This record gives sequence, structure tokens and C-alpha cells, in this order.
Amino acid sequence: MPPILEVKNLQTHFFTKAGVLKAVDGVSFEIGAGEIIGLVGESGSGKSITGFSILGLVDEPGRVVGGQILFKGQDLTTLAPADMQKMRGSRIAMIFQDPMMTLNPVLRIETQMIEAIQTHDSSVGKDEARQRSRDALGLVGISSPEERMRAYPHQFSGGMRQRVSIAIAMLNRPDLIIADEPTTALDVTIQGQVIHEMQKLCKKTKTALLWITHDLAVVAGISNRICVMYAGRVVEQGPNEALIGNPMHPYTNGLLGSVPSQNRRGEPLQQIEGIVPSLLNLPVGCAFENRCGNALAECRQSAPDEVTMDDQRVLRCFNRVK
Amino acid sequence: MAQGSTGGQITAGQQAGSQAGWRKLWSDYSESPLAVAALFVFATILFIAIFAPFVSPTDPYDLATVDIMNSRLAPGSEDFAGNLYILGTDGAGRDMLSSIFYGLRVSLGVGALSGLIALIVGAILGLSAAYFGGRYETIIMRIVDIQLSFPSILMALVILAIFGKGVEKTIIALILVQWAYYARAARASALVEKNKEYVEAAKCLALGDRRIILNHITPNCMAPLIVVGTLQTAHAISLEATLSFLGLGLPITEPSLGLLIGNGFEYMYTGDYWISIFPGIALLITIVSINLVGDQLRDMFNPRLQR
Amino acid sequence: MTAFVLRRSLQSILVLFVMSLIVFAGVNLVGDPVDMLINPEADQQEIERVIKDLGLDRPVTEQYWYFLVNAFQGDLGKSFVFGEPALKLIVQRMPATFELALFSLLIAVVFGIPLGIYAGLKPASKVSRTIMAGSILGFSMPTFWVGIILIMFFSVHLGWLPSTGRGDVATVFGITSSIFTLDGLSHIFLPAFNLALFKLSSVIRLARAGTREIILQDYIKFARAKGLSEKRVINVHLLKNILIPIVTVIGLEFGSLIAFSTVTETVFAWPGMGKLIIEAIYNLDRPIIVAYLMIIVLIFVTLNLIVDITYSLLDPRVRIKGEG
Repeated sequence: MPPILEVKNLQTHFFTKAGVLKAVDGVSFEIGAGEIIGLVGESGSGKSITGFSILGLVDEPGRVVGGQILFKGQDLTTLAPADMQKMRGSRIAMIFQDPMMTLNPVLRIETQMIEAIQTHDSSVGKDEARQRSRDALGLVGISSPEERMRAYPHQFSGGMRQRVSIAIAMLNRPDLIIADEPTTALDVTIQGQVIHEMQKLCKKTKTALLWITHDLAVVAGISNRICVMYAGRVVEQGPNEALIGNPMHPYTNGLLGSVPSQNRRGEPLQQIEGIVPSLLNLPVGCAFENRCGNALAECRQSAPDEVTMDDQRVLRCFNRVK
Repeated sequence: MAQGSTGGQITAGQQAGSQAGWRKLWSDYSESPLAVAALFVFATILFIAIFAPFVSPTDPYDLATVDIMNSRLAPGSEDFAGNLYILGTDGAGRDMLSSIFYGLRVSLGVGALSGLIALIVGAILGLSAAYFGGRYETIIMRIVDIQLSFPSILMALVILAIFGKGVEKTIIALILVQWAYYARAARASALVEKNKEYVEAAKCLALGDRRIILNHITPNCMAPLIVVGTLQTAHAISLEATLSFLGLGLPITEPSLGLLIGNGFEYMYTGDYWISIFPGIALLITIVSINLVGDQLRDMFNPRLQR
Repeated sequence: MTAFVLRRSLQSILVLFVMSLIVFAGVNLVGDPVDMLINPEADQQEIERVIKDLGLDRPVTEQYWYFLVNAFQGDLGKSFVFGEPALKLIVQRMPATFELALFSLLIAVVFGIPLGIYAGLKPASKVSRTIMAGSILGFSMPTFWVGIILIMFFSVHLGWLPSTGRGDVATVFGITSSIFTLDGLSHIFLPAFNLALFKLSSVIRLARAGTREIILQDYIKFARAKGLSEKRVINVHLLKNILIPIVTVIGLEFGSLIAFSTVTETVFAWPGMGKLIIEAIYNLDRPIIVAYLMIIVLIFVTLNLIVDITYSLLDPRVRIKGEG
């Protein structure tokens, strides 16, 4: 089966006064139907910008300057704005990090749900749209959806609001949902519920999920494949088990070392020394070189290209962890 | 060149020790060329206002030189004696340019004086309200709130309606209208300063309240007060002009720009536009230049915009 | 909601009461009430009669009580100049002033909000810079001078629009106004635009500041991610949020429009209560002044009340708090 989404060598740059900021610089990955992909990286790694690039919602002064985003074979980067708008929310939906901020505080939940349906299909009547919204709320586990639909966002708790935004994202049965840190702002107990809920829904509806997070532990439990991003590039990607069980890139290895694990009980957690280089002024060589324990002389001179390994893994490293 | 000379004016008279501080202030200020131009324009206006008797071609209020025969001459015309009237003459034959220079003097004088007194009164009340707190603060701030909920023009009209017109009364009205703005600004910044450690330290030294307010809190509240002061002075000048135009502010013996505009209003319909328009342009340039200077000062002192 | 309205109404009545005290004090304690309230041309006998009538020979507290009782019954004294009840004179001129102020408000809102939103959405564009420069000018130009310029340009120079007075009126749906006739519209346009200019500037600034803040919010991005058209994002999601501060300010500014109409009405000889009060101040017609002040205070207090209630209707967060 062909993948739902193929991102090929995506480049999204920000043209700031201080210079060109290469937030995303040559990212490639693909997602199959019903698959869950974890896109992992620390803040500033370009993972969220990758998500917004797919939706065509990069803010000024940012622009997608290169590469392709093939959605069911159609290149989204060349799509007219009006066609892209039709795509958003119907075929590709998005869920944001802070549920307190994603729902408009002055509009009823009902209004915000019905408009999402009617904007894509004006033939749907108000009653039918309301009916579908109510069902969607029920599906994500909101009790007495009938009454709750009349409420305003501030009358919900954080976890409930995130369920509402998930319900909104699911309304038009999209083929792909981009979830940008959907559980980061939630309490740990609610986090678990929401993750479980989303996994279940996606399995049921065959929706593909691009899960963007800084927390490797969150996606380790649910995703089919994981992409690790660093300074605007994917440094390592591969099937979940391979990548978690046998990280090859020193950065992935460092990330895993900083997560508490049962296997290394009693050992001190590692941390990655140093900071991410400025995206305005990236080195010629590997961007991770200055923090890397495995760095070689050649890492300074040129950046490693992507190399596909036998276990379907793609790696950018001259001196991988063995 | 303009930049250098205005910069010189600012640093002039300062002690060598604070030179660096002033230089930093100037370099922040001069980031906006528009604000520099505005400051230059304002300095020129100030110069004209102060030295009006020396820079004016004629003394418009010296009856010996004013000839009714020369009334309503168009801009650029000459009288029989060959005197040039660049901006024309008014209905009584006075040179408009000279009238405007003298008018600037009155307008700026009234605006600055009322602003200064309002600043002192407002700052004292606002600072003490913040410092002492309690019921004293509540009462003062309630008065401020109520007063600020009414437009200044209305307050001024009420005061003039009760007291009658005149120079002192106009100044009193302008002070009563403005003090509340200063009080609010002074209190807001004093509340911040009050809780800082240096005030705590001064209290531990058992310094008197008056000394703490004057020597310790006031200097640190000056920046916002200067900003409010600049913008309020522009407002006061505009308000005075409005009142004088309506014939309720300054008397005919103290012809401010507003009064000049009012005098020219009646000639409007006969097409003698210059009698009203030129004083108006002078007023507008004055107000805009002060506002632009004030806006830049506000941006400079606004901690949220600090880079 | 009812409790909220009730509480705010009570507060308003309190403010009204306090203001009546201040007006009373201003007129009766600051100056000599005999000078202030009695026609300067009256003879001794007349003066004594009026002193008795007004109860000026009684203690101050009792006087205040009578002032309140009379005011409550709509009796605020007779105009020296017109010889008619002051309140009646003001009420007669009120429609002209309200019409002018409302029309100005309409101009300020209809032009100000779109211009402000545009300037907020595209802050770097030339058009936006022009809009903002215009709004700085609008703030700086004294109302009366703009009025003169408008008259000079549109009435004297171009001869397009009349410069003085109110035009023909017509009654539509029980409302008598000059905006229903062509002549009336031509008369109201210049003074209304003059009065609106200052408010237009502040509406532009508010709308721009609001837009720049709201547009960065996640819920705007989320609305776009839902596939909503830019039109809906701006007209519903953005507008509803920036309207909250704008409505508050506009409501309060309506009061200041009434106050500033004193100037505009004088410049354009508009027969409203603003022109009346200026003439009353010239003529030392104190009862008119007192009556005008009480009316203005009443208008302000009522406006504040309406603004608060509207605000709570627009912002569900405030409304719920008011209920709880």
C-alpha cells in the first residue's frame, strides 16, 4: 500500500532580519495509513515547523523553500491556497499543545464544531452537523455531550478541552492527524488517558497519526516508527523496536539515556552536555558534533548524508554507536 | 548635524559622571529619526516662544506699529511702507507671523506652567497614596478614577463655568484636569518601587517617610512621570486652545494660538483663510512634535519593549 | 445575570447620588449661590423672593434635600435667558446632539475597525503605515481646528456641503432624525466626521493592537487548521475577541463624544445641547449649567452601566463569574 504522506527533503526557512533561519533543512519521512509516527526532538529542532509545513500554516517570515510533501501522491507545496484550505481540517487535521489556548474563548463548543463540519461540506444542515458533533464528543469520552456542547471552553478542565480538540480534529474523518505535543500540558494521569484514547481512535478509523513530541518515552509506547530530529534534520529514523532497542545515532542514544528505564535501575541518568547551535549559523559539519561523544575529525568538515541500514533504519552519522 | 547639536543640548550642564548615562539615553532616543526630527522641531518652537520679542518681525501688540489700513493682507504681500507680511495680516492689520510667535509663547507658557504644577500636585498625591496605602490611598485613587471617567473638556468647562474665565482660572482648570493622570502614573510606579529592597533598607535605617519618598522613591519614578508629562503638556496646549477658541479660556489680552484661530474663524467664509489656518498649523506642529517626542520616550522607558 | 445587573444598577445610583452632591457643592459652596442661581438683573425684592423659593435661607443640609427632591421631579430651575425650565430646554436639544454623536460613532466604528484590523494583519505594509500615521494626526489635531479646515475645504472652497445648522428632519419608525432626508444628511456629514475623527483614531489603534495580539493566539491557528476560510477566521474568531475591549471603550467614548460635541456644535452651529451649554456659560445662565451637568452625569452613569452589561454578554468568562 502506498503511504498516505511522503515528506521528501522538506526545507522550511525563516527569513528574519538577523539572517536566514533554517528551521527545517532536508527532512524526509513517510506515514502509511493507520500508522503512528513519532517525531521527536528538543525545542527548536524544527519538529513543530515540520508539522505546520505539512498543513501550509507556517507563519511569516517563514516559507517552505524546498522539497515535496506528497499527500496521497499530491504535492501539497504546489497546491493553490484555496485547495490547501479544503485539505486542512478535512483530510489533514491538527491538534495543538496547549488545550487552554486552542479553543476560542468567546465561542461555544458547538459553534466551533459545527463550523468545522460546514466549512468543508455546506450541504450538511445545522442539525445534522450538531448531531455529528455530539457523536464525536461522545466518542472521545465526554459525558452528556448534549449539554456540554452549549458550554464555553473555560467551563472545561484541561484534559476535557484536549478531548474536545481531538473530537474536532476527528470530525471530518481525516486521513492524517498531526498532533503537536498533545499531552505535554496535561497532568500525567490524564496524559495516559488521552494517549490511550487517541491510539484507540486511530486504530478504529485507520487514521494515520504524526505525533510530535520532545518526550521519547511517550511515543516509544505507541508509535510504529520514530523520527529523531536535531537542528532541523532527521538524524535517525526507524521502526520503533529497532530504534529504541538499538539506537545508532549518538543523539538518540543520549535521549534514551536521559529517560528513566527499568533496565538501568540504580544507574545515574545521563544528560547531553552543551546546547543546540544557532539555526542562523549552523556549522558546515554535523550540527551535533559539538555535543557528541563519538565525534571524529571528519564530523567537523562535512555533514553526514542519510544512509539506509538493513533494518529499515535511516541514519545520519559517520561514527554510529555500536 | 542636527543630531549632534541636539545631543549637545541634552548633555549640556550634566556632570561628567552621568555623561555616559545621557549618551545611552540619547542613543536609545535617536533610534527613531522621526523622533529626532520632532525633538528638533520642538526645540525650534521652544526657542521662538521664549525669544518671541526678538525673532518676530514686528510687535503685533504695539499700537504704534499696527495700522488698520493693512488689515487682511494676503500672505506675501507688502504694505505701502514696503514691509513684507509673509503670512499676511489679520483683521486689525497685525502681522500674522508675529502674532503666531507671540501666541506660541502664551500657549506653551500656559501649557507648561499648568503641566508643571499638575505634575507636582499629582506626583505628591500619587506617591504618598502608594507609600502610605490604606484608606488614604483608597480615597485619593477613587477621586482619580471618577475624574478620569469624565472627559477633560467637560471637566474644564465645568470649572470655568463655576469660576469664570481668565488666565489664572484657565491655568487652575488645566491643573485640575491633569493632576489625576500624574497621580495615577506616580502611584503605579511607586507601588513597584515600594516593594524593592532599597526601600526596605531605607526603612531599616529608620529614615523618615518624607525622606524615603523624596530621596529614594521619587527619583526612580521619574521616567514614567516624564512620559506622562510630555503627552499631557501636548494635551493641555490643545485643551487651552479649544477653550480659548470657544471664548471661555484666556482673555483677549493674552492672545494664545486658540484665540488667534477663533479670531480668524469669522473671516473664513470670505476666503481670508490665512488668519485662521496659519495659527492652526503652528498649533498642530507644536502638538504633533511634542506627541512624537512623548511616544518615543514612552517606548524607551517601557520595560516590555526593552531589548 | 439578574443579580449582576441589579448590583451594577445599585452602584450606578450611588455614583449618581455622589455626583449630585458634588454638583450641589460646586454651585452652592464654592461660589455664592445667590450670585450663581439668581438672575443678575433681578431687583432686591425679586432676589429675596427667589432666596426664599430656593430655600437659600435654610441650613445647607436642608437645601441639599430640596435640591435632590426638585431634581428628582425634573425641576432644575428656570433659564435666566429663555425664562423656561432649564431641563426642558436641554431635553429639547438632546435629540440633535444624540443624533450627531451616534452618527459619529457609526463613522468611527464602520471605518475604524476594518482599518485597524488591516493595519494589525499587515503591520509592515505601506497602507498600514499610512493608516497609523493618519491616526496619530487624528489624535493630535484639535477638534475645533479640524472643523474649521473641513468648513474651509468642503463648504467654502468646494461648496459641496453646508457648514452650519441642522437640515430637514423626517420621522421613520417613530424616530425623528435628520439622517432620513438628503438635506439632513448633507448637514450632518461634516460635523459628524469632525466629531468622529478622534474616536476613529482610537478605534483604529484599539483594533490594530487587538488584532496583533489575538492573531498570534493558538486558537486562531487552530481555526485555520480546521480549514476555515480566512474570512471566517477574521470575521468571527478574531473580530469577536477584539470587540470586547473595543465595545468597552466605544461605550465610554460615547460620553466623551457628547462632551466634545460642545466644540463641534459651536463650530458648525449645530442646535444641540452642547451649543446651549457654551452659550449658557457665556451668559452665566447657571440653571442651564446645573441642569446640563446633572444630565451629563446621568448619561455617563447610564453608559457605564450599559457597557458593563454588554461586556458581560460578549465575554462569557465575565458573565459566568457574575453569576457565581
